[in-house]
Amino acid sequence: MNINRLVIQRGAAMNPIASFLKYFNWHIAVNSLFARLILQGVIITISLAVVSQLAGTLIGLALYFLRRSRFVPFRWLAEAYIWFFRGTPLLVQILFAYNALPYLGLSNPLRNLDIFTQLGFVSIYTDAMLAGLVALSLNEGAYMAEIVRAGIDSIDIGQMEAAKSLGMTYAQGMRRIVLPQAMRVIIPPLGNEFNNMLKTTSLVYVIGVYDLLGAAKAIGDFSFRTLELLVTASIWYLAMTTVWGFVQAYIERKFNAANIDPALREGSWWRRMLGIRGRPAPAPALAGGALFAPGVEPPSIQGDRR
Amino acid sequence: MAVYSQASQAQVYKATAPMVDAQNVEKTFHRNPVLRGVSMQVRKGEVVAIIGPSGSGKTTFLRCLNHLEKINGGRIYIDGELMGYREQPDGRLVEDSESNIARMRAQIGMVFQRFNLFAHLTALQNVMEAPIQVKHMPRQMAEEQARELLRKVGLEYKADAYPSRLSGGQQQRVAIARALAMDPKLMLFDEATSALDPELVGEVLKVMRQLAEEGMTMVVVTHEMGFAREVADRVIFMDGGYIVEQGSPDQVINHPTQERTQNFLRKVL
Ligand SMILES: Nc1ncnc2c1ncn2[C@@H]1O[C@H](COP(=O)(O)OP(=O)(O)OP(=O)(O)O)[C@@H](O)[C@H]1O
Ligand SMILES: [Mg+2]
Repeated sequence: MNINRLVIQRGAAMNPIASFLKYFNWHIAVNSLFARLILQGVIITISLAVVSQLAGTLIGLALYFLRRSRFVPFRWLAEAYIWFFRGTPLLVQILFAYNALPYLGLSNPLRNLDIFTQLGFVSIYTDAMLAGLVALSLNEGAYMAEIVRAGIDSIDIGQMEAAKSLGMTYAQGMRRIVLPQAMRVIIPPLGNEFNNMLKTTSLVYVIGVYDLLGAAKAIGDFSFRTLELLVTASIWYLAMTTVWGFVQAYIERKFNAANIDPALREGSWWRRMLGIRGRPAPAPALAGGALFAPGVEPPSIQGDRR
Repeated sequence: MAVYSQASQAQVYKATAPMVDAQNVEKTFHRNPVLRGVSMQVRKGEVVAIIGPSGSGKTTFLRCLNHLEKINGGRIYIDGELMGYREQPDGRLVEDSESNIARMRAQIGMVFQRFNLFAHLTALQNVMEAPIQVKHMPRQMAEEQARELLRKVGLEYKADAYPSRLSGGQQQRVAIARALAMDPKLMLFDEATSALDPELVGEVLKVMRQLAEEGMTMVVVTHEMGFAREVADRVIFMDGGYIVEQGSPDQVINHPTQERTQNFLRKVL
């Protein structure tokens, strides 16, 4: 019989909440917040999330161009990629990457990259970390592909045609004209993806990465204080997503998404963080008698063919 | 007998070549023939108006001239240079390199029915963008030039306004300034005023008229018969993918010989 069982059985006679509170030790949960392994876990979680999100966004962009390629096999390749990564569990992808890694012969060179020991932290499994990073990035790429596509395709093709008619190449038109406008559409869902990513990284604990959850599990299981340490981890996750909520609101304000296109308004940062989507805000009255909000193409009066 | 080197022949041709030489241009959309062999020339400094009923292929033809649309047959020469294609030794045409097409487009200004101003840039930035990106013009020079062009179209005071804060007529004038910033040798106008409220049409036509007076070579697709009559050197009537009739404005608009032209003009005049 293990101790947990005993505790639960003993408590069954009491009020369950009282029994839980009697067992649960808040001091442990709070004091563990700044344990060295937990802090290291926070750093690992943030690094994994940032790098995977960046890589995923770049993969998503690359997939857009593959899907729009004139070369049909490229389009198939992109569709197959998206089909695969959206159609299998991320956990399976992480386990697959981890188990495939030794066969790629990358483990040994990677050990030299363990900067955490050099910084005085606990050594981590760099190869597990890399496997997690690869799986998270590839998976995120498949989801970002849809977001990037929606963003770019929302831009009137007249913008690219105008760019071309002035002598710009496709690449110039994309970089200077289409992508900057698509960014306004892409940034809000990208921010939501990153919020998810901060939490999704926790899956890598299964392959032995001491990310935030991995660290909390390790300490908790070792000291039989799993519940307390899970709360410790939750506090950190909440702190990270809350701070990110502020950063996201700032970035969006900077890109002026809401000011420029009322259709993009999705409520305040805290609503978004809690996953409440407000009704789209009504278009504000515009000064100067302008009929259309900035950034919104006026609909053609004579229905042109495109 | 005079013997010309190839280069000098090309130079002589270039000097005397029409600005636009479209030969038997054909265009099909999904087996739907839209241009069925259109041949026309535009001399340097000439203003040609293209009129015709909706769906006759006017827009498509204009878009072929700067290769926004690929053609299925025929050839288009712009100032003596084959547009959009390279001729193989066996006479077949293959699509030209992107950079070459871009280089030729940079010399052809185009004004769209729906303006297509860059929505994320101010009026001034719209006009500066292409000279900086395509011609690598120093920023300061591009800005001076852009302000000059905005003054020319009467919008210097709107330099810092975003397109959405401009009226249709103002947007279209910025679009004209943007095209002129590349110092084009040919300007294409696709129904530049037909998306505008009637009271805004005049300000855009005025700018176009001024351009014509300055000697710009222009191809103008328009429903404005008054403009065609007064400004165009030549009027072309298109219908069903063909050029039905062409001549001086007086000939085509006042004394059309073809029945289809007469029918069309009866409706629009
Ligand atoms: N991208 C396209 N795909 C399919 N059909 C097209 C496309 N572009 C044009 N067409 C067809 O080609 C025909 C000619 O169109 P075009 O826009 O050139 O006519 P237009 O003379 O400019 O007419 P309007 O006066 O209405 O502008 C029309 O029947 C149109 O439906
Ligand atoms: Mg048209």
